[in-house]
Amino acid sequence: MTSRLLLRNFFHAPLTEPAPPVDPAALAELAARVNAASRARLGRTLSIREVDAGSCNGCELEIHALGNVLYDLERFGLRFVASPRHADVLMVTGPVTKNMRQALERTYRATPDPKWVVAVGDCGRDGGCFAGSPACVGGVSAVLPVDLHIPGCPPTPVALLGGLLALLETVSG
Amino acid sequence: MNWPALNVDPRAWTEAGERLAAGDLLLLSLWGEPRVAHLALIDPSGKPRLLHFPCADNRFPSIGRLHAPAIRLERTMRDLAGLDAEGSPDTRPWLRHGAPYPFLAAEGESLHQIPVGPVHAGIIEPGHFRFTANGETVVRLEERLGYVHKGIDALMAGASIERAATLAGRVSGDSTVAYALAYARAVEDALGAQVPPRAVWLRALAGELERLANHFGDIGAVCNDAAFSIMHAGCGWLREQVLRAASACFGHRLMMDCVVPGGVRGDLSAQGAQQVASLIALIRQRFPELVDLYDNTASLKDRTVSTGILSTALARQYAAGGYVGRASGRDFDARRTPGYPPYDELRFEVPTVQAGDVNARVWIRIQEVEQSLALIAQIVARLPGGPIFAALPAAQGEGAALVEGFRGDIFAWVRIGADGRVERCHLRDPSWFQWPLLEAAIEGNIVADFPLCNKSFNCSYSGHDL
Repeated sequence: MTSRLLLRNFFHAPLTEPAPPVDPAALAELAARVNAASRARLGRTLSIREVDAGSCNGCELEIHALGNVLYDLERFGLRFVASPRHADVLMVTGPVTKNMRQALERTYRATPDPKWVVAVGDCGRDGGCFAGSPACVGGVSAVLPVDLHIPGCPPTPVALLGGLLALLETVSG
Repeated sequence: MNWPALNVDPRAWTEAGERLAAGDLLLLSLWGEPRVAHLALIDPSGKPRLLHFPCADNRFPSIGRLHAPAIRLERTMRDLAGLDAEGSPDTRPWLRHGAPYPFLAAEGESLHQIPVGPVHAGIIEPGHFRFTANGETVVRLEERLGYVHKGIDALMAGASIERAATLAGRVSGDSTVAYALAYARAVEDALGAQVPPRAVWLRALAGELERLANHFGDIGAVCNDAAFSIMHAGCGWLREQVLRAASACFGHRLMMDCVVPGGVRGDLSAQGAQQVASLIALIRQRFPELVDLYDNTASLKDRTVSTGILSTALARQYAAGGYVGRASGRDFDARRTPGYPPYDELRFEVPTVQAGDVNARVWIRIQEVEQSLALIAQIVARLPGGPIFAALPAAQGEGAALVEGFRGDIFAWVRIGADGRVERCHLRDPSWFQWPLLEAAIEGNIVADFPLCNKSFNCSYSGHDL
């Protein structure tokens, strides 16, 4: 049974979906933020460090899905890295809880320039349904300069890909 | 309310703590609001009950002093409601951060500490793990949680029933259906509301799809932590098929906001039912190959067998829910005990094993996938017709519910005021009684096996931190 599975996987065509169209709203938001110098430095590849700053874990599940065989993020030159010191992009979810604020700021400071911040989900935009909570700061932009928002609760993998491809298009010219 | 509730004096309160310690009663939850402490219990035959302890001075006799699983809940009561547990062995804050945190001491020759988190290397939730190791061997793990504390209790107090439902569905995103169901059932219990039969069955369908998606994700992720990526790829593909079917049937990949007090939002079309049937057929065709691959790969089993053993005694003491309890011999499932419809009309088994290691927690998930497939087939075949929502009656009162999420039993309690708004709501994640057991399970294992152990527990940070 095992050998049948391995054989099928070996001869099977890739399962990956075609790339979604680049999100025009994201392109417009990014246009003003990326300069030619950083374009030249990065080339067509971006390393992403994900930071959960108070999410319900819904966004993380969909960000995880970007790595499955159907979305396969790495074919675009995008990859998730284990340390902010290796990252070009911080991808931040959640309404930024007071208990995560310091860790988020330190992660940002540990990320080398040039760097971009992508706020994911409705919570990341303005706190979402947790806005106004005494335990939350409310939105990533209250703590860090945000270059791109990807809305949704949670955004689908296709929406996440559309936003990230817009970022890639912009920074790599 | 269907659950018996009593106002008790200090003597009866303490007696309940003693019976918990003796194992005559099981702890469902312990929570507070200014001037009242609440205790939810279940006896081994499955009869639940609530105890209310009015305390004008915001002090109550500690349950944690007698029964350790209550300790973190008591620390939280002080952080969130200002209630003091008198005689508690641990008075450090828990969800409230800000002051320097004194970790427990671990002393001895050749020990060193490894601090990990709150920002981890993977795409996971934040929490801090303080390992004390002797060489490669972990001699103590101490968790520090609360980083994703969003203040859900405070946001719920005074919210409309609908707004609180939105929040309940976002306590832990991976269990959004189970949380929405637990909250909805507690509200319906409080108001004496009747839910149309079709809605009851559709709720179960959504709940079982959620269980499938999470179990596939977990089985793949455990194998991935042993660097066996083909299982991860295969299970990730299956998980994606479930989420796409969920999106086609319920309009949302995670099925957020589908279960609401009074029924469900969005009916299952004939086409949707067909899609579910195809999904079941697809999983039945593909999943056995992956199970076979897991079972016949010696290098993978070498990592999971006898790693991170949780004793049956600890699982029983902490009333550990879900696969954590069932992999350590605890035969409990809220769908069966105390039970809720439509599961009383469905045939399913609750798998248990005694081994308590990572491999056992994977196998329980594999068997639960098979049970969920059988349940979904029964639900789709017997789905009753009729409406899917009934307006809630205007009423006030207190209600409680216990619902089996993929991770274990979720307890919900709510009090609706005369104005029809939520006065107080308490939601207790299964992780409250699983996180402390992870500390025990890792003891004596090597540091490199922690990711495997952690993933096999897959406790919720957000659900715990509220």
